[in-house]
Amino acid sequence: MLAKRAARTADGAPLGIRMRVNPVAKTVLQRLGFGLITLFVVSIIIFSAIAMLPGDFAKATLGQSATPETVAALQHEIGLDRPPIQRYFSWIGKMAQGDFGSSFASRTGYRRTVAEIIAPRLYNTMFLAVMTALVAVPLALGLGILAALYRNSWFDRLVNTVTLTTISFPEFFVAYMLAFLIISRDTFAGTQFAESLPVWLAVSINWTLNVVPKFPTLANINDQTPFWEHVWRAAMPSITLTLVIVAHMMRMTRAAIINMLSSPYIDMARLKGMRPMVIVLRHALPNAWAPIVTVVAFNLAYLIVGVVVVEVVFVYPGVGQLMVDAVKSRDVPVVQACALVFAATYILLNLIADIISIATNPRLLHPR
Amino acid sequence: MTSAEPVIQTTGAPRVRRTRRSRMRIALKKAPLSAWFGMGVTLCYVLVALLAPLIAPYRETQVFSEAFAPWGHEFMFGTDQLGRDMLTRLIYGARNTIGIAFATTIISFAAGVTLGLLAAMYRGWPDQLLSRAVDVLMSIPSLIFALMLLSIFGSSITSLVLIIALLDSTRVFRLARAVGLNVVVMEFVEVAQLRGEGPAWILRKEILPNILPPLIAEFGLRFCFVFLTIAALSFLGVGIQPPSADWGSMVRENATLITYGDVTPLLPAGAIALLTVAVNFVVDWFLHSTSGLRDEK
Repeated sequence: MLAKRAARTADGAPLGIRMRVNPVAKTVLQRLGFGLITLFVVSIIIFSAIAMLPGDFAKATLGQSATPETVAALQHEIGLDRPPIQRYFSWIGKMAQGDFGSSFASRTGYRRTVAEIIAPRLYNTMFLAVMTALVAVPLALGLGILAALYRNSWFDRLVNTVTLTTISFPEFFVAYMLAFLIISRDTFAGTQFAESLPVWLAVSINWTLNVVPKFPTLANINDQTPFWEHVWRAAMPSITLTLVIVAHMMRMTRAAIINMLSSPYIDMARLKGMRPMVIVLRHALPNAWAPIVTVVAFNLAYLIVGVVVVEVVFVYPGVGQLMVDAVKSRDVPVVQACALVFAATYILLNLIADIISIATNPRLLHPR
Repeated sequence: MTSAEPVIQTTGAPRVRRTRRSRMRIALKKAPLSAWFGMGVTLCYVLVALLAPLIAPYRETQVFSEAFAPWGHEFMFGTDQLGRDMLTRLIYGARNTIGIAFATTIISFAAGVTLGLLAAMYRGWPDQLLSRAVDVLMSIPSLIFALMLLSIFGSSITSLVLIIALLDSTRVFRLARAVGLNVVVMEFVEVAQLRGEGPAWILRKEILPNILPPLIAEFGLRFCFVFLTIAALSFLGVGIQPPSADWGSMVRENATLITYGDVTPLLPAGAIALLTVAVNFVVDWFLHSTSGLRDEK
């Protein structure tokens, strides 16, 4: 990468002009352009999903009793009777205006647009994601900084082991473990296992379980749910997602700070007799922001994948659950819209991460 | 200079080159507890998967009259929602879930490594084309992509394996290309080319042995990832279809028991989690011992 840049600056006059453009702005623009191209190609892929449908799809959806006229009507509705390029541009144009077409579940006289199906679900998913991010990011940064500060202590080892284990757990395992914990609050005392334990142990376990708040294990939510009630009911999915993403973020924060701590200027600060906490917060952290922000954005993007499974476990009415249901009933327009929403968010978050890490890169900020 | 030579000769005793087996034995002896644990658990899983019909008390799809039976002597972990023995399903689940994940990883590696190394060897427009295609494929979360493709092609085991292998080979391609690029510029590759060896021979005999350690470690990680993706898809009900026993769908089918404080649904989920943890431990140790990689000083 560096070699390439050096070669470009070496080959003549036009580069003298290009050098005057702010390198940060230039790299950011390049990255933005690449992000837009990616989004464009991804939209083509998602669009062609419908073109890849098997030929007799219309017949299969309408069932045995389909007349040639109804088959032709459905094909016209999906647009299979027009050339693909024309279809793509009308599709993407409508998408940009928020018209995602109508679901295959709609019948004559009862049209269900994809937009009206997705909109409330999207709000719920965003609610869950934002709520999780607000808890998970500060928690991960705090734990990471503490682990770097007291590295190789028992605290560090404990946090490391726990996070390494939660990273390798599937989301639904974590989710059901938590649900089980909440439920055992009520059922533990009556189980055979509790009776086989000594009384004091059983009582203390029961007491500990009772400290856990009784979060609802099914996230029943509709548009009328008041805000705090919504938070309360979304608590379980949110805690599950937090556990899943905190691990990775925390480990990367720790690694980034420890990496910084081995540089000479930190030794200097140490020799001046500064306290370790001040060294980490004032000297190491500012230079470690770029990798940390990247990993935070990456994990927020990962939330999108985690959300699908967790929403299904807790029956939370979000886009993930909608997508899974649509995949099962092979309602392609809904699947397309969900995939586009997820992909666009994912690309956008990665783009933001890249731009932040470019903008905070000191080598680009102070060109020679 | 001349005076130093005799000293070198006396200290430089003829060094016996260790055989691969003895080197492996030494490395194993130094393995930490976590790696031993990981290897032991993985071995158990493989044995259970291979010997499933011998170990299992009943047949895979044998249905008994009592659904959701409690744990007991007849059915060790009770029965599932249709009255099939849970233990038997767990054992056969090892076979199906691990087998399918393993096959997928093999396909993904065969495709990814071959294309990655070819791209590294030839560069030029094929490399550009493949790399950009991989960039685009990787810009969509693979679970979402897999869901979309499954909605088009339907959930059969063949399409499941091929779709996930395709999505996963992108990561393998990137790694193989990156490590391959470091090796193709070496002199011995050039020598082989001048000797007139064909590209397939150079790939297999000159490049592949030199990039094997990172690829093996990646194989472990990719296996975990594929395994978890398939489990997640089956859990969502669009992966491996009934009546095949599979851990992901077993969790889903018996999930209602959780609300009665029964741990049964956690067994298949735990089986998935334990295997991933075990493989991760082994990979972790393997990476440390082959690359001298250390977390920090």
